This record gives sequence, C-alpha cells and structure tokens, in this order.
Amino acid sequence: MNLLKQVSLLVQKEITLEWRSKYALNGILLYVISTVFVCYQAFKSVHPIIWNALFWIIMLFAAINAITKSFVQESRGRQLYYYSLVSAKAVILSKIIYNVLLMLLLSAVAFFVYSTIFKNKLGDPTLYFITVMLGNLSFATVLTMVSGISAKAGNNGTLMAILSFPVIIPLLIVLIKLSKNAMDGLDRSISYNEITVLLAINLIVITVSLLLFPYIWRD
Amino acid sequence: MKSYWWKILGAFIVLYSVIAGFLLPVPELPILHETIRNTYFHIPMWFAMILLYLVSVVYSIKYLSSGNMRHDLLAVESVNVGIIFCAFGLITGMLWANVTWGEPWPNDPKLNGSAIATLMYLAYLVLRNALDEEQKRAKISAIYNIFAFPVMVVLLFILPRLTDSLHPGNGGNPAFSNLDMDGLMRAVFYPAIIGWMLIGIWIMTLRYRYRLLERDEDTLI
Repeated sequence: MNLLKQVSLLVQKEITLEWRSKYALNGILLYVISTVFVCYQAFKSVHPIIWNALFWIIMLFAAINAITKSFVQESRGRQLYYYSLVSAKAVILSKIIYNVLLMLLLSAVAFFVYSTIFKNKLGDPTLYFITVMLGNLSFATVLTMVSGISAKAGNNGTLMAILSFPVIIPLLIVLIKLSKNAMDGLDRSISYNEITVLLAINLIVITVSLLLFPYIWRD
Repeated sequence: MKSYWWKILGAFIVLYSVIAGFLLPVPELPILHETIRNTYFHIPMWFAMILLYLVSVVYSIKYLSSGNMRHDLLAVESVNVGIIFCAFGLITGMLWANVTWGEPWPNDPKLNGSAIATLMYLAYLVLRNALDEEQKRAKISAIYNIFAFPVMVVLLFILPRLTDSLHPGNGGNPAFSNLDMDGLMRAVFYPAIIGWMLIGIWIMTLRYRYRLLERDEDTLI
C-alpha cells in the first residue's frame, strides 16, 4: 500500500467514525453557535476592531476544542494496530487532512452564523472569507502536531495550551492584520505579503510535523 | 592550554569590550547620545542566545538519531543558558528603550516577537518538567525544540521586517552599523559579539559537565 492510499483510507476512516457518532461535530457546532449568540446578546453592536478580535477568539477556542481530541479518542491498543499496518507519516498526514476539513466546515458555519446574527460591514467579504479559511487551515496544522506531543505527555489540557499558544500567537497577529485589511476593503495587493507568510508558516509546520511525528509515534 | 585557550580569549575580549565600551569616545548623535554604548551589550546578548539555541537544536536532532542521553543534556543546558542571555537582552533593550523611546515596552512587533519567543522556550522547560520518564522526556522535548526553532526565527527576524517597527534594523529603519558607527565603535562591537558568544558556550559546557557528574553520582547510588 503506498502512502497516498494509506492516507485516503485513514481519512475515510476518520470521517466514517465521526459521521457515526457526530459527537465532536455537533458539540463543536453547538459551542460555536452558542458563543456567537452570547457575544451578540452581550454586545448588541460593537466597534469593527472588537468584532474582528471576538471572531478570532471564538475560532481559536473552537479549534483547540475540536483538535485536542484528535489523538485522545484512540486507545493505545488501536494505535499499536495502526502502527503495524501503516506508516507514521500516513497517520499524521491523515490527521492533518481530517482536521483541516473539519475546521474548514466549522469556520464556514461559524462565519456564516457570526456575520448574519452579528451584523458588521465588511469591505471585502471574499478576502475576509479567504482569511478565515487560511486561518483555520493554519490552526489545524499547528494544533494537530501539538496535540500529538501533548497526547504522549500524559495529555493534560494545560500542556496543550502552554505548547500551542506561543506558536499560535504569531499566526493570530498576521491573521488579525490580514482580516483588518479585508474589513477596511483595502486593495488586495497590500495583503499578498501576509497571505504568503501564512502559507509559508503552514508549509514549514507541515514539513516539520512530517519529519518529527515518526519519532513521537514510536514508543 | 590547547583545549581551553578560547575560554581565556573569551574572558579577555569581554573584559576589553566592557572597559573600552564605557571609556572610549562614541560619535555624538541626537537622541541617542551616550546610549549608543548599549549596542556593545544588547546585541551580543542576542547573538549569544541565538548561538546557544542553535547548539540546542543541533543536539536535539543528534539525540533523535542517536538516543544518547548526553546529547539531551547538552540541548537542555544550552536552552537554560540561552534563556539567561535572552533575559539580559530584554533588560538591556528595555533600559535603552526607556531613554530613547520614552517607555521600556512600547507595543512593537520586534519586542512582542521576542517576548513570545521567550515564552516558547519557557514552555520547553515546562514540557520537560511535565514528563517523568527520562527517555520519553528527552525525545518529546527534542521534538518540541526542533519545532520551536523555526518559529523563533520567524518571530525575531521575519515578522518584524514585514511590519512597521521602531527597532533599529527593522521595518525600514536602518541598523546602527550602516550610519552611526565609526571605526572605533566597530573595533569594540565585533569583538564584543564574539566574546559574549564564547562566554555563553563556556557557561553551557560548565553546566553540562556539572549535570554529567550529578548524573553519575545518581547512578552510582
């Protein structure tokens, strides 16, 4: 079995498992929608900058909630079973792909709900939507690797926060700048720099994950 | 003498850079005045820190391929000493900023980047404390260390150059070396960098040897 086939099989398995229980998906969706609603009730109308910041805070915590689970739900026995069947690279790639898909779905729903309930003028909605997608792609890639590390380290939530926040903060700085540009409707050529940085960070993180995960996996 | 000449060299250079740095004349520039002497101390700290973190990453990679616990000890001691240099870098930077910018910590991408990078390496030490089993701790912290190094480089050297920054050498500001340094300053500045790097490595090797002795004692009992 080559790598591509292994990855696609594992992603299919993740989706099937999730679809059977729908536990994570519904839980996270409910979390996102209720947070958005609470924010709306509390603020009614806010300054655009706060609107932007609130959205990213909601997305960040939704991402952490969704992705922390990715290595926990499988027992050690089952992990050993995968280890004997497929390569470690296939496992981390499939987790990253699955988490990216999950986050893209979540963020699309969250963005839709947030912008309909909590009205705010967007200068360039398409670019804002692209930013949201890019942001969640980055959250998914970074947090998947970190959750892999913290799952091996006895898996407490504090460790996940300590390990992931330093890596997430620079991402958030770039994202907030990019989404602010989109909100103000600035010319798109101004934002190319930030988009390149985001894509570069993703590329680095995925490469490093692929290189390092085999060492975590082997135990 | 063969093996420790560089320690003596490092000590002499640092001594020279401290004495010359405070006593030799510097160019008189508006706003900066005498604070330009801070370049002899602030920048070498960061150079030493980067070198130590680099050593740490190299030994983390070596540990992953060899499984030798000595490599793990070298990696962690490099980070320990690197964090001290980072703290001194932050303190000297804040002293300088207080005089020239009017406040010790303006909201600036370079400063925030360095603060986050520091947090990242503190997180590395917390991660080590969270794991009890020695082999596992060495492996997982090595992985996190390799993961953290490129992010640190992005934070300190790439992001501040993309945005507006007050810090010299970033965001369109020229670095001191382009405009303001004369030949006399360079004669102090470049040796100072090398001297502090040597001292940093020396402290690291001392701590490493101490840890080795400690470990041998534990295993004997």
